[in-house]
Amino acid sequence: MSSQTFLLDGKETAFVTGQMILEAARAAGTLIPTLCYLKGETPTGACRVCLVEVAGARSLVAACSTPVTAGMEVRTDSERVLKTRKLIIELLLASGTHDCLVCEKNGDCRLQDLAYACGIQTMKFTPRNAGYPVENENPFIVRDFSRCILCGRCVQACNEVVVNRAISFGYRGSASKIVTGGDRPYHESECVFCGQCVEVCPVGALTEKKARWTGRPWETEKIRTTCPYCGVGCQQWLHVKDGRIGKVTAVEDAEPNQGRLCVKGRFGYDFIYSEERLKTPLIREGEGFREASWDEALDLVAAKFKEIIQKDGPDAIAGVSCARSLNEDSYQMQKFFRAVIGTNNIDHCART
Amino acid sequence: MTNSFADFKKAKMIILVGTNMTEAHPVASTFVKDAVLNGAELIVMDPRRTELANMANVHVPLKVGSDVALINALMNVLISENLYDRKYVESCTTGFEELKKKVMEYPPERAAEISGIPADAIRELARRMAAIKPAMLMYTLGITEHICGVNNVMSCANLQMLLGNVGFECGGVNPLRGQNNVQGACDMGALPNVFPGYQRVDNPQAREKFMKAWNVPSLPEKPGMMMPTMMEGLTTGKVKALYVFGENLANTEPDIHHVEHCLQSAEFLVCQDIFPTETTRFAHVLLPAAAWSENDGTFTSSERRVNRVRTASAAPGEAKPNWWIFKELAKRMGQEWTSASAQEIWDNELSVLAPSMAGIKYARLENDGLQWPAPTEDHPGTPTLHRDGKFTGGLGVFKAIDWIPPAEVPDQDYPLVLSTGRRLYHYHTRTQTGRCEGLNDLLSEETADLSAADAADYGIAHGERISVRSRRGEVVVRANVTDAVPPGLVWMAFHFREGCANWLTNPVYDPITQTAEYKACAVQIAKLR
Repeated sequence: MSSQTFLLDGKETAFVTGQMILEAARAAGTLIPTLCYLKGETPTGACRVCLVEVAGARSLVAACSTPVTAGMEVRTDSERVLKTRKLIIELLLASGTHDCLVCEKNGDCRLQDLAYACGIQTMKFTPRNAGYPVENENPFIVRDFSRCILCGRCVQACNEVVVNRAISFGYRGSASKIVTGGDRPYHESECVFCGQCVEVCPVGALTEKKARWTGRPWETEKIRTTCPYCGVGCQQWLHVKDGRIGKVTAVEDAEPNQGRLCVKGRFGYDFIYSEERLKTPLIREGEGFREASWDEALDLVAAKFKEIIQKDGPDAIAGVSCARSLNEDSYQMQKFFRAVIGTNNIDHCART
Repeated sequence: MTNSFADFKKAKMIILVGTNMTEAHPVASTFVKDAVLNGAELIVMDPRRTELANMANVHVPLKVGSDVALINALMNVLISENLYDRKYVESCTTGFEELKKKVMEYPPERAAEISGIPADAIRELARRMAAIKPAMLMYTLGITEHICGVNNVMSCANLQMLLGNVGFECGGVNPLRGQNNVQGACDMGALPNVFPGYQRVDNPQAREKFMKAWNVPSLPEKPGMMMPTMMEGLTTGKVKALYVFGENLANTEPDIHHVEHCLQSAEFLVCQDIFPTETTRFAHVLLPAAAWSENDGTFTSSERRVNRVRTASAAPGEAKPNWWIFKELAKRMGQEWTSASAQEIWDNELSVLAPSMAGIKYARLENDGLQWPAPTEDHPGTPTLHRDGKFTGGLGVFKAIDWIPPAEVPDQDYPLVLSTGRRLYHYHTRTQTGRCEGLNDLLSEETADLSAADAADYGIAHGERISVRSRRGEVVVRANVTDAVPPGLVWMAFHFREGCANWLTNPVYDPITQTAEYKACAVQIAKLR
């Protein structure tokens, strides 16, 4: 079976039975552009950007949803393909508001990239007026329907990836819209704010509200880390500008989360900037606390511990470590209790 | 977890016991849902009709605290009807005869009385479980937070071994850990009886090894106190000083009035944290720590995967990394520790001292981390424990277990069961999530979740403020009338100080682990006059 081949831009190319043209081409190193394609999920063929020419076929076909057959002759770069692709992008550009200058997605937008790659210089068609107003009432996600190209990636992500089933296509024809049940705003719907729709949106239709104006993609550094909440250990990208996290996204293809996050992982990062953070050592004074230097605070703790060890023995001191902090922190704390204080009275909330 | 998160999506059958994954482990739950869409069977054993119960082939709404009886009856059917994996039991396990004798005392009819699940439904469920192999079992705190938590865990293991499901991809016994690094804190030896890598403190060879590594003349051999014993020790004077690092005990421990009395009794309380909390109010010294994104280091997830944590921003003011604080304290008490970064601590100390993590070095953790055991530097890590039923300790051990009821059951004065847990939009005592813009908009107060039947009995309307009272305390919260909760049960969380379930919960503990019975106590509810 693996010996089956087809002709890809004139080159004999291997494929596996059941593979779509898009996947077989990608495996062979030929990148066919896409907008709606969501890796690992059922192809929808919605955006038509991946159209290719198949010898003998009546019209151009969507590479994402057309299975390869043995001996099939596929052209991904014929004049007809390139012209059609350009026309599709031109039509998409006219389908709503695509004013990159003021769009949060500028610099990280598939439509913008494709318009550039197709060499589009002017707006061929008059843009359609924005039909639906921007939804901005919920705390985390801005839904700008005027920028939505109805590719359906968000619908697939919500229904097939995270299976929260909060959104689907609504209305018909030029009135089409991505809707929640009853077309209510997100915060009044079944939505649980995992933000997977934002993660997969290829344009500026769905963006993180807290990330607005915190930095353009080319100004930010992406730092990989591990989520600080539950025990799943999701892998995150922190988008950092000038030492400040502007947004958090999931690491694609990473174990264990495979490009997914939940509401806390995606939107629960800004506690670190709270004004209530403890910023200096504090020592009790009457009913309150007074600020102290590290030297004074640590000397006091050491002296008090030494006094208690001398008077009551090391087992009169006990410690509770932190199940939220680093491995290395817990290692140090148990070492401090065992090797310095001389007790095994060290525990944490291990069982709850 | 014996297995990995990557197994979830591929599993053929998933058995969830006492785990509300969609709220407590949301991303893990998406893979369970994917499996269901792919055709996997899903069995949810939970008193509440959780989101995943709505997607399940079978929802088993057992009574709170009846797990052992129900699982014993399932095993009774598997053995009586000869549906268990005889070959696996014979070659991979020990203790079957004792188990058999015990579970024969639990015919489905007896378990039906205890659990509220009809005898025929129990038989049907056992047959269903035996029909697909392997099945993957996941549990969370619904299993462990009982006075019989250890027995509940053993029962899950018994069931999976009897079905021949331990040691295979998409099988196993899989506890999902609640905190990001509760696995790691255990692995690091932040436990009273073991050094890092689960080497026992009462083993002279282990002590010898750590004495040499840490350059000290002696190490204590007597296992120390667990947290509840420490807290009691504060009131009796047995414990004079308590050092609390990054925990908010005043909200998380059962019976807040009592916990605060314990904290108040400390002669000297050191708190090391990133925020002032209800616990730090009692501190004598408060040390400011660097937070999550202000440190380099590692977390270890439920699947035993050691993952990197990286610095993205600077700690505020004078706040310092926690490892640095301990190193400085050690210095002031006469010991110079050489490791001067998290990487040095891991690479030069921990991985040298803990054999199961000997092969894990920072240089190997750049991408997806590594799952221990990884004993050598060319070891790829271990996604599945007890491979092919070859148990780490030799044979899998069946334990014959009897059911006991929760310590406090409903009576005339306190006629309802209170069970507790976590909700999606907040994390624990909201030290962090309460300070994230937006999350309070999605969930701003605690509620008492109760059934429509109970609400009607008490004349309570949805959203009305009611009193919930136990023998320990009283809270006033809004009623959330929901069909997720069965009659007779009130369900609450511990995210908000006001209305925190722990004003009510019962400070009784599993005798082995000292895990508190957060999942069951008796309460009364009343309309406010």
